[in-house]
Amino acid sequence: MLAPIAHVLPLTTIRRERLLPVPGRVVVHLGQKVTPAEVIAEANFGQEHVLLDIASGLGVSEEQADALMHVRTGDHVEDGQVVAARSGLSRKNVRAPRSGRVVAVGSGQILMEVGEGTYELRAGLPGVVTRLIPERGAEITVNGALIEGVWGNGRVDVGLMFPVLSAPDDPLIADRMDVSLRGSVLLCGTCNDAAALRAANELPVRGLILGSISSALLPLAMQVRYPLVVIDGFVQQAMNSAAYRLLTTNSKREVTVNGEPYNRYSGARPEVIIPLPVSQEPPVPGEAKAFAPGQQVRLVLAPYAGKVGTLLALLPGLTAMPNGLRLPAGEVRLEGGEQVAVPLVNLEVLG
Amino acid sequence: MPTSLVSTDSLLAVDVGTATTRATLFDVVEGYYRFVASGRAATTAAAPFKNVGEGVRQAIESLQAVTGRTFLDADLRLIIPSQDGTGVDTFAATLSAGPAVETVVVGLLADVSFESAQRLARTTYSRVVETIGMNDRRKPEEQIDSILRLHPDLILIAGGTDGGATRSVRRILETVGLACYLLPTDERPALLFVGNQTLAPEVEASFQLLTSSLSIGSNLRPTLEIEDLLPAQRSLADLYARIRRNQIGGVEELGAWAGGNLLPTAYAQGRIIRFLSQVYDTRKGILGIDVGASATTIAASFGGELTLGVYPQFGLGEGLSGLLGYTSLEDILRWLPLDIPAEVVRDYLYQKSLYPTSIPATTEDLTLEQALARQTLCLALKASGKDFSSRAKGLVPGMAPYFEPILAGGSVITHAPKLGQSLMILLDAIQPVGVTTLILDQNNLLPALGAAANLNAILPIQVLESGAFLGLATVVAPVASVRPGTPVLRAQLVYKNGNESRLEVKQGALETLPLPSGQSARLNLEPLHRADVGFGPGRGGSLTVSGTALGVVIDARGRPLRLPADHAHRHELLKKWLWAVGG
Repeated sequence: MLAPIAHVLPLTTIRRERLLPVPGRVVVHLGQKVTPAEVIAEANFGQEHVLLDIASGLGVSEEQADALMHVRTGDHVEDGQVVAARSGLSRKNVRAPRSGRVVAVGSGQILMEVGEGTYELRAGLPGVVTRLIPERGAEITVNGALIEGVWGNGRVDVGLMFPVLSAPDDPLIADRMDVSLRGSVLLCGTCNDAAALRAANELPVRGLILGSISSALLPLAMQVRYPLVVIDGFVQQAMNSAAYRLLTTNSKREVTVNGEPYNRYSGARPEVIIPLPVSQEPPVPGEAKAFAPGQQVRLVLAPYAGKVGTLLALLPGLTAMPNGLRLPAGEVRLEGGEQVAVPLVNLEVLG
Repeated sequence: MPTSLVSTDSLLAVDVGTATTRATLFDVVEGYYRFVASGRAATTAAAPFKNVGEGVRQAIESLQAVTGRTFLDADLRLIIPSQDGTGVDTFAATLSAGPAVETVVVGLLADVSFESAQRLARTTYSRVVETIGMNDRRKPEEQIDSILRLHPDLILIAGGTDGGATRSVRRILETVGLACYLLPTDERPALLFVGNQTLAPEVEASFQLLTSSLSIGSNLRPTLEIEDLLPAQRSLADLYARIRRNQIGGVEELGAWAGGNLLPTAYAQGRIIRFLSQVYDTRKGILGIDVGASATTIAASFGGELTLGVYPQFGLGEGLSGLLGYTSLEDILRWLPLDIPAEVVRDYLYQKSLYPTSIPATTEDLTLEQALARQTLCLALKASGKDFSSRAKGLVPGMAPYFEPILAGGSVITHAPKLGQSLMILLDAIQPVGVTTLILDQNNLLPALGAAANLNAILPIQVLESGAFLGLATVVAPVASVRPGTPVLRAQLVYKNGNESRLEVKQGALETLPLPSGQSARLNLEPLHRADVGFGPGRGGSLTVSGTALGVVIDARGRPLRLPADHAHRHELLKKWLWAVGG
């Protein structure tokens, strides 16, 4: 059976595409070293559109209106500029209500893009530009540790990581946060306290990495200004030991916290990247694997949610679970030494 | 059926679901089409594969292992037609994997084309993200901005009667066209036009280059009085397959194997339910339900008139994180016979949405999953019931109409550890009235039969009558306005050997009369206190019933089912009912 993989890797080669939402200009070159905050591409695009009904504005037919227009697709127009006019005894004209760019002309109408702003795409991680994607962005490659999560709030930032936990199930509480943590990325086991999320927002912090979070806090987690990455899920549980060990051994290093929302189909996941020096480029993370003995696995549902173990064997046929369901299962030795049978569909390979 | 009417074509049907891909073989056995075996594998539509091909290959290989037959050649291509005992003669495929198709619905009048277009959108795995109509007070540019922001997969346009006025539809088409034009070429949506056919050539000419895929279907509302969803459903089903071809790897090849006969799973389910209601011509409706990871599907047909509703928001997979937008935690908790804190239920919904293919391994999680199945099925039926045919007749306004039979799919129901659990999910969620038969589709055959119906009309009938489905129970649900504890029904079951079983059932009770599969008996029903079992208030009747796994179940718990507010009392009652049916 094919196994889903969550990457918890101490040293790997991480390649990430960074793309503009609309076509624009790429401002980096191949081989260029970039910092996370560096702009790699930018695009100008209007936030909204204005449709001008020239035909009715001039009191003519659509065909006549098309002939009376003074602008073409692609033209920039200023606020108040005449965009179409009818001469003669009954002179009339139509002016642009705002400055912007003409994006379509025809059928007696002009469509303008207005409220133009510049969108700056930042690298988001420190690395080297290894591929340019014309008009859209670039691929950036970095070597280091990679810890993939399961939930992110869509924000990205970089900072020094400070653990605010002494055990993987330590909760984040507001009282633990003081001004010394300002500007850092916090690492903690679990969070069931809205005040703690707010306190982190007020400091402010540059990111928050949690093993688990109460699902009731998700609306607030979406509102905070810092990136938040949840490693294991929503069942109140300790952070999985593999991620905990890797993150705590890298404390006080600079980390990128990328709260990219999890998308099963595209493969996008929230992640924590810790850039590390290497003498030789390490392998890229493995992707598709079948379940096999010896794999390190994470258990995703009760009664062992969040626990890590070693897959000892794939059990033949179907295995009866305590609730009566009979499923393909594997025998897993948990870190405490306990051996349990777990449905294969409730396992995720760490690697 | 004489053997001569049966061709010797074998059929391999593949269904690609969110969690599981199944390959099912039908072949002629002793002159009749039979379900032979099925193989299954995990679906590989999601990352890292992003290609359904691997899961399809593994499911077919699993089927090869079970049957000892070979369907794939050395290059892993399907051998079709069969040669020297290898391969198959015909192939059909159904698909429900993939995220819900984000859809913008465009119509004119709110209670005419707009409503019909919404109903059409509900017949496939879509999520309506925007609606644009004539009564929309926004400016056209605001509508354009909304489409650009949402980046829909599909725009579904209805409006105008055939030969009627075209101005309003043209205006809306212009707005949609501008939005499509402004989207990058590789991000343009598919478009289905099912409005005034006078405009069809114009739409075809204007939108060909502005969409990723264009389809012109027949008008949903050819006249103001007539709604004709069926041909448009087929157009939408085809367009759905085309959208998935662009989104998910391997779908193109699967469609090629199927010779273009790649259908949305729900569409195939709907087709077989409609087909059955035409073939069996019962006075009651036929109901097919499927509680899956990608969606809950309701297919109800009354005399060939099908209502198909697909509800991704009520699926037991990724959709669970949004479920609380449609229902309350209390409404889920009411179905639990155990004390599980509300916050644990909420966390479970979110955790399960992260791992939609996971399966509960503890009793608490299983109980919770079954409670969720009840609630999502309730919600889907309630939503779908509004669209049921006017031919649908029932006993209690707002409740399920008469159905016979009810076919149930979805592994949470069909693979519950005990059949009593399957029964209670269905009884609690559907709350059938009168007399009906509950049937489980344990091998997920309905979509395959729906897809096959197009290729071979005899096959579905013969397979349905072959015992490939599990008869779960014959249910008698009297409706009475009496206090709990008042006798409402006397039931007598007269077996073929002359033995009898009798019961007097009181309001609030759930009772069973054993009648094993393979047997039949005469069931005499005598309602008391003007209770109605479908023959009219206080009127009795007699009917022959076939044996099922749980026999005859008399559900006199009342319609609608009212559960006690007191937790302890409710828990006790839920457990008692489950024990009564052997759960």
